[in-house]
Amino acid sequence: MFEIVKNFDFSPFVLSFKLAGMTTAILFSFGIFLAWYLSQTKSKMKPIFEAITALPIVLPPSVLGFYILFALSQNSPIGAFFNEYFGIKMVFNFTGLVVASCLYSMPFMVQPLQSGFEALPKNMLEASYIAGKSKFVTLFKVALPNIKPSLMTAIVITFAHTVGEFGVVLMVGGSIPNETKVASVAIYEMVEIMDYTTAHIYSGIMVTISFCVLLSVYLFNRKQNHRIGGLS
Amino acid sequence: MIEIAIEKELLGSHGKMPLHVTLSIEDKSFVALSGQSGSGKTTLLRILAGLENARGTIRVDGEEWLNEKYMLAPQQRGIGFVFQDYALFPNMSVIENLLFVRQDKALAQHLLKLIEMDELAQRKPNTLSGGQKQRVSLCRAMMNHPKLLLMDEPLSALDPLMRTKLQHEILTLHKEFETTTIMVSHDPSEIYRLSNRVIVLNQGNVIQDGDAKSVLLKTQGSQKFSFEGELLDIIKVDVIYVAIVSIGQQIVEVVLDESEARELHVGSVVNISTKAFAPVIQTSKR
Repeated sequence: MFEIVKNFDFSPFVLSFKLAGMTTAILFSFGIFLAWYLSQTKSKMKPIFEAITALPIVLPPSVLGFYILFALSQNSPIGAFFNEYFGIKMVFNFTGLVVASCLYSMPFMVQPLQSGFEALPKNMLEASYIAGKSKFVTLFKVALPNIKPSLMTAIVITFAHTVGEFGVVLMVGGSIPNETKVASVAIYEMVEIMDYTTAHIYSGIMVTISFCVLLSVYLFNRKQNHRIGGLS
Repeated sequence: MIEIAIEKELLGSHGKMPLHVTLSIEDKSFVALSGQSGSGKTTLLRILAGLENARGTIRVDGEEWLNEKYMLAPQQRGIGFVFQDYALFPNMSVIENLLFVRQDKALAQHLLKLIEMDELAQRKPNTLSGGQKQRVSLCRAMMNHPKLLLMDEPLSALDPLMRTKLQHEILTLHKEFETTTIMVSHDPSEIYRLSNRVIVLNQGNVIQDGDAKSVLLKTQGSQKFSFEGELLDIIKVDVIYVAIVSIGQQIVEVVLDESEARELHVGSVVNISTKAFAPVIQTSKR
């Protein structure tokens, strides 16, 4: 038993968590501003932006994967630009996976943050403006500290969703060991070659980690709600 | 000196309604803004704060806050605003709420002492009562030495006892800082106690403008008493009729004769006045 664990290849999990970590960090840093903009804007364009943000939820991952592959390949203007000026190739490698994951997981970051911002009392933000504070200061000093449960939900769900994605990474990344072969793809391969033992171990780890992550979110939110007793 | 001449189309309960207000307000005055709900009071306050746009001009001490092509942002107006629902920042303690506006510890402590809240300085807003929250909100509004203090029904969510206490504190602050103040209020005793000018709005227009006594007092001529109330019921007792009228929080009985009883309708607003008797006034036993 110990021998199996010792010789086991955990690299797909390392890759999965690295991908999820980077995706979450990137999405968090600009998702805050997008969510804040969407929650505050009175523009008639808002439903259009919201629909675009939510697209990855309803599109089949193969559609999204196909377009990303198409856009990032060296035959497209975007792919050619990055290849020519930065020497970055973006398909069938880790960079491409990060770009694809950011697009794919965007709604899971933006939507909880946006609903958190929208649930804040309007008067509270106005009180900050009247106190002479800019929108930027208001966002970081007043809005963000008061939507901690939404922040937690957005970060954890984005991370977990990126770990759990399959279709998009398979299309954009393929299955190159230590480069694009993430846990979900590895499980698919194990099942295909009928190595059920490894597939069981991989799947078991996925279920356990996912459950623990979700449990921690719900426990945290419960504690938060008890502690601050909601906003007034 | 604040000069206001603004116009805005409002969406009232009876469809579109124009808000049309032309006013000039003296420095250091305390103005009460009254009128039925939906008459445009809150909108007027929000326009003054820069939270809503309007057509027209607002000029404060020669400084243009609003004209045809320009609207000064609320951040740059240097005003204080007290909301009905307090709008405190729940993530900050009482003193942090004050210091957020301006890093002036001495002023924050002075203000909290003035309203006897200095012992609660480190508490979070969610652990305070409604009255305490509103006192913090009042102090926060004073933190940047506002040119103009706006209050939107600041005391209407509080019980009568707390209301009286806060009225005194508002008066104390007004005497000390001499801030020009506009307060939306429905409570006649509050308006009388605090303001030196009352403006009544109706359907977006100013219908009354004067000192508290002349606007609020309902008596005419030699009337000693005059109350407005709602006629709840007319009961026939032997040969006379008794009208049950609700005035403020109290129910009174008034004897009617048959012709009066026939003319009045249950549910209508009535005026009760008396001339002949000298009223007796005693301390309430309550």
